[in-house]
Amino acid sequence: MSFLKLEEVTKVYPNGTKAVDKTSLDIKNGEFMVFVGPSGCGKSTLLRMIAGLEDITEGKIILDETTINKIDPSERDIAMVFQNYALYPHMNVYKNLAYGLKNRGETKQEIEIKVNEVAELLEIKEYLQRKPGQLSGGQRQRVAMGRAIVRNPKVFLFDEPLSNLDAKLRGQVRIEIKKLQKQMNVTSVFVTHDQIEAMTLGDRMAVINEGVIEQVGTPIEVYEKPETLFVAEFIGTPQMNFITGKLESNKFISEGFNCDTNKNLSDQEIIFAIRPENLKTNKDGNIKIKIDLIEKLGADSIIYGYNKANNYICYRENGNTNIKVNDEVILEIEKDQYHLFDKETKKRLN
Amino acid sequence: MNNNKTFQFAAHIVLLIGVLIMVVPIWIAFASSTHENITILSEGMKWTIGDQLSQNYNEVLNQKGGFSKEITATSMFINSFIMAFGIATVKVIISAMSAYAIVYFRFKLAVPLFWLIFITLLVPLEVRILPSYQIVSDLNLTNSYTGLVLPLVASATATFFFRQFYKSVPDELLEAAKLDGANSWKFFIDFLLPLSKTMIAAMFIFMFVYGYSQYLWPLIMTTDEKYWTVVMGMKIIFQESYEGGNLPRVAERFAYIILSMIPPVLVVVVLQRWFIKGLIQTEK
Repeated sequence: MSFLKLEEVTKVYPNGTKAVDKTSLDIKNGEFMVFVGPSGCGKSTLLRMIAGLEDITEGKIILDETTINKIDPSERDIAMVFQNYALYPHMNVYKNLAYGLKNRGETKQEIEIKVNEVAELLEIKEYLQRKPGQLSGGQRQRVAMGRAIVRNPKVFLFDEPLSNLDAKLRGQVRIEIKKLQKQMNVTSVFVTHDQIEAMTLGDRMAVINEGVIEQVGTPIEVYEKPETLFVAEFIGTPQMNFITGKLESNKFISEGFNCDTNKNLSDQEIIFAIRPENLKTNKDGNIKIKIDLIEKLGADSIIYGYNKANNYICYRENGNTNIKVNDEVILEIEKDQYHLFDKETKKRLN
Repeated sequence: MNNNKTFQFAAHIVLLIGVLIMVVPIWIAFASSTHENITILSEGMKWTIGDQLSQNYNEVLNQKGGFSKEITATSMFINSFIMAFGIATVKVIISAMSAYAIVYFRFKLAVPLFWLIFITLLVPLEVRILPSYQIVSDLNLTNSYTGLVLPLVASATATFFFRQFYKSVPDELLEAAKLDGANSWKFFIDFLLPLSKTMIAAMFIFMFVYGYSQYLWPLIMTTDEKYWTVVMGMKIIFQESYEGGNLPRVAERFAYIILSMIPPVLVVVVLQRWFIKGLIQTEK
């Protein structure tokens, strides 16, 4: 059952910029949906339209069977965690959490019970009397979460809430958010440009580019079967290898290498894509590259090189590789682990 | 280390000289105000405190003066205080609110309107004194506190400072507040005012001193001695002491000057904690 539903939502700014173009999406009750895309792709605009901070130019947003287009942000029963937390600097943590409840006209006792409950859940009880300025980044993050949770909303919105934290804390908080969301089972929409966050947090993710959703699916679906060239480029580090060539009677032909494809496709110009981990060294392989750069990450090594057609190709090896720069390596594509995209429409073919 | 100490010492000497330059004249005025008139006239200004302190001050505060002998210095202080306090309070309120409108409400002409307000800086009261007087007199507000305060309550400077401050408040704060159910009025009262309290204190001090030191406007506005202010009184005291046939009452003059400094000094002392904060940092 869809709980939060976007129907052909469009946002055009007064200066004519189209930030979001006819976007439709169903989000199920209790689902964790991640919007991921490069900066300026419209993912935040979409989130802000759900929150009511931006007007909707066209289309409908339906929450729990009510169209909320015209409903005031405070009455949508939505809570949002902002990128810079937007804590109220002049109020202590308790008042930060209580402010929304107070405005709803709840009594002092009710507020106290709720705030204490949330403070306990997030382990911020001892900071209740402090002001945001006296808290560390991680603590502020918790308060921001608390302010959202305490209102017991139908939907949580997260606008890149982890980007202000340092790398170590980011990982911790990411796990906490995931656990908390499962525990409370509240529908959530999380905006990020970080694909690790997108992959790890979401039940499903929507990859957005230039105001359009390119693909929606579980992170693994999106990773294993990118529907468009953009998704293929955007998801996965290091990036996929892309080689332009053409299909001739189900054989991919390019300057650098040829490869049989087992799909029945008409002859056409295509882009052939392979993930770095789907390339393995094998002296009987069909891609020969000269190594140009090696990144050793400890757990695995990322190796870059050129083939004879000057395609820059990257592959991944487990552990510390003993290959050196300027060595020649022959690579083989793992069986069926490639992606074919139409050169014109940029859509997936296989 | 040694070098540092020498530097510190020199710095303190410079500061000390500065303090002396500011404090010594006040001290001399105060010391002289505690002597008998005749002593000062014959021996010049004094460095030491005399024995006439309570008598001189008592005389200044309670003796009736003016042409119709209706006004005492005490009531002039009260008038000045009412005027300055009124001007400062209303100025701060109006400026904060107009800056709020300019920054947060996207109405047409917000920018030109702001510049229009800003341009009024080029038209101080002295330039528009005749039309201002005309209006106040048409409204029958001459010889009233309203008339003293009203024409001075709009402030481009304060509007400008508040505007700059509001612009520095992050948008997310407004958005978070909106989601928490704060309407425009609540956002102003619950967020902007508390956030700008240092700014408010600083503006209040500036505007209080501005209102307190007004001379021309009350001079033109008031024909009734009941509404005279301290600064006007200062002029009258000087006139009396030179034009009258009596000996100039120098000691009382000093006493009056010292007294006239007290209200602004008090305002600064009370508000200085916020004031300094407001100047060196914005609490965000």
